[in-house]
Amino acid sequence: MFDRLIKFLSSLKLTVVLLALGLVLVFVGTLAQVHEGLYNAQTRFFKSWFVVGATLFGTKMPWLILPGGYTIGSALFVSLVTAHFTRFHWTWRRSGIFMTHLGVILLLLGQLGTDMLSTESAMRLEAGQTKNYSEDFHACELALINQSLPDDEEVVSIPERFVRAKGEIKHPQLPFTVKVREYWPNSMVESATEGVKPPVAVVPHVTAGYGKKVWVFPLPVTQDMESRNIPSATVEVFAGTESKGIWLVTAQSSASQSFEVDGKPWGLALRFKRYYKPYSLTLLDFTHDRYPGTDLPKDFRSRIRIDHPAKNERRETEIYMNNPLRYAGLTFYQLQMVDEQTAREAMARNPGEKVTPSSTFQVVKNPSWLTPYLACVMVGAGLAVQFLIHLVEFARKRKTPVPAAANNVKAKNNQPRKGAEIAKK
Amino acid sequence: MKKHWPWLLFAVFAFEAAYSLKPRADKPDAFQVREWAKLPALVNGRVQPLDSIGRNSLVIIRGNTDVPLEGNGADGKWGKWEELQAPLTERKWYQFSKHPAKLKPGEWLLEVFSKPELADTRPIFLIHHPELLGELKLQAKGVERSGLRYYTFNDLKPNLAMMERESKQVGQIKQELRTPYQRSLMSLHNGLTTYLRLKNSLKPENSRDFAADLAQFEKLLPAGLRAIRAQQSGQEYDKELFEKFLGYAEPYAMMAQMAYPLLVPPTQPGQKKADWANVGQALMDGIRAGEIPASVQAHAALATAYAQGKPAEFNRALADYRAALAGPLATELKKGRQESLFNQFLPFYRSMMIYVIALILAAASWLNWSENLNRAAFRLVSLALVIHTVGLVFRMFLEGRPPVTNLYSSAIFVGWGAVVLGVVLERIYRNGIGSVTASSVGFITLIIAHHLAQTSSTGDTMEMMRAVLDTNFWLATHVTSITIGYASTFLAGFLAMIYVLRGVFTRTLDEATAKSLSRMVYGIVCFATLLSFVGTILGGIWADQSWGRFWGWDPKENGALLIVIWNALILHARWGKLVGERGLMNLALFGNIVTAWSWFGTNMLGVGLHSYGFMDAAFKWLMIFNASQLVLIGLGCLPERFWKSGKGPTAGDSGPTGAAPRKPQAV
Repeated sequence: MFDRLIKFLSSLKLTVVLLALGLVLVFVGTLAQVHEGLYNAQTRFFKSWFVVGATLFGTKMPWLILPGGYTIGSALFVSLVTAHFTRFHWTWRRSGIFMTHLGVILLLLGQLGTDMLSTESAMRLEAGQTKNYSEDFHACELALINQSLPDDEEVVSIPERFVRAKGEIKHPQLPFTVKVREYWPNSMVESATEGVKPPVAVVPHVTAGYGKKVWVFPLPVTQDMESRNIPSATVEVFAGTESKGIWLVTAQSSASQSFEVDGKPWGLALRFKRYYKPYSLTLLDFTHDRYPGTDLPKDFRSRIRIDHPAKNERRETEIYMNNPLRYAGLTFYQLQMVDEQTAREAMARNPGEKVTPSSTFQVVKNPSWLTPYLACVMVGAGLAVQFLIHLVEFARKRKTPVPAAANNVKAKNNQPRKGAEIAKK
Repeated sequence: MKKHWPWLLFAVFAFEAAYSLKPRADKPDAFQVREWAKLPALVNGRVQPLDSIGRNSLVIIRGNTDVPLEGNGADGKWGKWEELQAPLTERKWYQFSKHPAKLKPGEWLLEVFSKPELADTRPIFLIHHPELLGELKLQAKGVERSGLRYYTFNDLKPNLAMMERESKQVGQIKQELRTPYQRSLMSLHNGLTTYLRLKNSLKPENSRDFAADLAQFEKLLPAGLRAIRAQQSGQEYDKELFEKFLGYAEPYAMMAQMAYPLLVPPTQPGQKKADWANVGQALMDGIRAGEIPASVQAHAALATAYAQGKPAEFNRALADYRAALAGPLATELKKGRQESLFNQFLPFYRSMMIYVIALILAAASWLNWSENLNRAAFRLVSLALVIHTVGLVFRMFLEGRPPVTNLYSSAIFVGWGAVVLGVVLERIYRNGIGSVTASSVGFITLIIAHHLAQTSSTGDTMEMMRAVLDTNFWLATHVTSITIGYASTFLAGFLAMIYVLRGVFTRTLDEATAKSLSRMVYGIVCFATLLSFVGTILGGIWADQSWGRFWGWDPKENGALLIVIWNALILHARWGKLVGERGLMNLALFGNIVTAWSWFGTNMLGVGLHSYGFMDAAFKWLMIFNASQLVLIGLGCLPERFWKSGKGPTAGDSGPTGAAPRKPQAV
C-alpha cells in the first residue's frame, strides 16, 4: 500500500496532471481578474486550497471546482521530493535536472515564506518631513497616546478587530476604559453643512472633539486593489464610572484628539496601523521628470536622509525607480509621487480638495527575498547544463559516422517517395 | 546556369537591399526635400527627423505612409485625382504598367506645413466603418483601395463640429467598451486632430507668406510691446498699433497651444538638450525677449520658398539652417540623418518579402524535391535574416536600447529568434524543414509587427519608455529571454504543424523526416523551457527590484508562467512516455495557443500593470489563430488510415491528446 502510494506520488503522470491543473488554474485565475479584480482573484485562486465558482467572459460558473494554488504547489512539492528520494538516481548526466528541481523546490518554499512572513506598508513624506514609522495599506488601529511624557510619546494600540467587536477595551497601561459605541468598516466623513442632511448620511452621537459637526456616510466595504476601506467609530472614554465624553474617530484623518484623565493629557485616534522603526527618514527633495513635450513620466527620484541614533548613523541617499533602498531588513521603494504640477492639476480638477506635493515609499519586509534570486540561478544553470549535455551528445552522434545518421540524409535526398511507400506497406 | 541560379537569385536580392542603403539626393536645382526631411525635431519626447514625423503622422491618419496622387477614375480613365470623375480607385494590383506619382512622407509633411490649402485636397483620411460614412454623408466621395476608403480634409470639413461633439461623448467611454463605430470615430478624430495640429505647427494656417509676416512683426515688436505695457498699466496707447500687433500675436499664441512637433531647437546658451519648443512658444518667448528666434525665421524662410515655388531660395535657406545647427546640434543632425536612412532602408518590409519568396521555394522543394530549390530557399532565408538582423541592430542603435521595448519590437524579435533557430535547424538537417519554418514564422511575425505599427496611437514605434520600464538592464535580460522563449515555443509549434500537414495531406512524411521533426521539436521545447523559465523568474526579480514583490499574479506574469508550465508539461509527458511522437506534436501545437494567449491575449484583458498595449481588432485574429491550431490538433489525432503518409500509430487508445504510447524513441 505504502509502496503504491510512493509510486503514485513520484510518478511522472502525477507531475503532468499537476502541471495541467496548474495551467488551468492560472488561466482561469487570470480571466477571473477581469470580473473580480486582481487582489480578490489572487486570494481566491492562488492563495487558497480550493476554488469554488468563477465568472468567466461574463458567464457565471458556480459549478466550477478547482484545486487552489496551495494544493497544487504543495502536491508538486511532495511529488518532487518523493521522486528524488525514490525514483531518481544521481548521475552526472542528470546533474542539470537535479539542480533544476532543487531550484523549483527552493522557489516554491521561498514563495511560501514570502506569503507567510512578508509585510507591506507605506511611508508618505512631504518635503522636509521626518517620520519614524510606516503605515499599513489596509489594517487600522485605535491609538491611545500618553502625551504626558517629557519628550516622548507612549502609544497603546488596539487592533481594529477589537473596535469592530464594539466591546469595552481595557488595558493595564490605560487608566481608563474605552467603550466602542458605533463602528463603520468603510465610510466618508464630511463637515455638516447648513443645508438639509442627505438621507444616507448619519449624524453620529458625539459630545467632544471634531466629530460634533460632521456627517458620516457609510460606504460598502471595498475589495478593490486600488482603494482602501476607511473605518470610523464613536468611542466613549470612562475614567472609573465617569464618562469623559464621546468622540468620533476616523481613519480619514490621522490627527489625534486630546482629553485628560487624572490631570494627564491623552491623545485618541483611529489610524492606519503604524510600524515604528528605531530610525527615521527625512525627505530632503524629490523630482518627477517627464519626457519633453509629453506627460510621460521619465523618472521619479527622492533624496532622503536616514537618522539612526542608536547606530550613530546619519547619511543621505537616493531612492528611485528600480533602485530601492535596502536598510535594516526592510526595503523602501519609490511608490507614488505627487509633484507640484500633479498637485496643481489635481486641485484644478477637484476644487476644494487640498493636494500637497509628496513622495510615497512602499516599505516591504520580506525575509525570503533572496530565494528567487538563488532559485533563478539554480534553475537557469540546471536547464543550461542539461541542455548542453544533450547538445554535446547530439553533436557527437552526428559527427561520428554512425551509418544511421548518414543514411538519414541520403535517404531524404534521394528517394522520399520510396520511404513513404515503405511506410505504407 | 541551372546549377547557379540559387546564387544568382541571392545576389539579386542582396544587391537590391544594399542599393536601398545608398543615400539618395535630390536633383541640385530642385527642392532638396530629402535633405529637409532629415532635419531634427522633437515629438513624443524624442528627437527624430521630420521624415519620421511625416511617416508616423500618416500612419495615424491614413494607416500607411504614401500619398498617391493618381489613380483610376470613371470609365477606366487614369490620371490625377482632381482631373477624374468619381468613383475613384487607387492602382489595382494587376495594373503593372501604372506607376502613380506619390508624395513621400517628407514631401507630404512639407506640403502640410507650407501649403495647407493644397494638403487639404489630398485623400488621406481613412474611414472604413459604413455607419460612420453614412453619418458623415460620404458614401459617394473618396478614393477606394481594396475596400478601404480615403477622404480629403475638404470632404470632412462640413462635419468637423459634429465630429468634435461626438468624440467628446465617446471619449467618456472606456476604451475596451467602445463599439466598432465609436472606435472608428475616435480613430478618425485622432487623425483629424493630428492633421490640424500639423497644419499649425510651422506657421499659422492662414499665413500666406510667413517669412514676410515675421519680418513685419519684428518691425512692430518694440512699439507693439510698448503699447501693450501701456495698455496693461492703464496709460494712453496707440490703439491701431495695439490691434495690429495683437492681430499677429494671437495666432502665434494659438500655435503655442496647438503645434504638434517641437521644431525650434535649444540653440541659446544655457538651454538644456531637452529644451525644444514649438514655433508658437518660441515666438511668445521671442516677444518677451524682443527678437524673433533665428530658427523660427529659418523655418519660415523654408516654408515661404516652398510655397512660392522657389527652389534656389529653399535650398539656400536649408543650407544656412543646417550650417547654423551644425555646431550646437551636431548629434541631433546626425540622428536625423541616421533615422531617415533607416526609414529609407525599410529592413523589416524587405526581409518580409524575401521570407515569402523563400517560403514558396522551400515548400516547392518538397513537391518535386529539387535540391536547388531547397538551396535557393535556404540562401534567401539567410539573406532575409541578415537584413532582419541589420534592421534590429540599427533600431537598437537609434534607440540606444535592447531589442524589445514594446509590443511592436517584440514581434520583430520573436520573428528574429525563431528564424535564427530555424536556420540552425536547416544547417543541421538540410531537409527544407528549417527553411519553411524560419521563413513562415519570419513572415508572419513581421506582418504582425507591421500591423501593430500601423494601429499604434502615436504611429511611433520607437516611443520613450515610462519611468518603471526605463532600465536597459532588465529590458535586455528579462524581456529578451522571455521573447526568445515565445519565439522558440512558436517554432516548436510550427514544426509540429509541418509534421501534421505533411503527414495527413502528403506522402512526404517518411520515417526519417518524422524522426528528425520529432527530435527538432524536442530540442526546441527544451530550449524554450530554459529561456521562458529564466525570463519569467528574471521578470519576478525585476518586479521585486521595482515594487517589492516577486510575483503578483498579474495577467502578463501569469501568461509567461503558462508557457513555462506548458513546456515543462511537454517535457515531463515525453520523459514519462505518456506521449509518443504524435502526442508530442499535438502538445507542441497547443503550445502555439498558449504562447499566442500570453503574448497578445493577456494585453486584451485590460487589467494589471502590464496592459500597455491594448488592442481591439487583434482579438478576432487571435481567435482565428487558436481555432486553426485546434483544427490541426484534430487532424493530428486522426487515426492512421486517414494519414496519406501512413505515419503515426492509431489514435484513440491512450494519451490525453489522442497520442498512443509508441515504442519509446531515444534522442
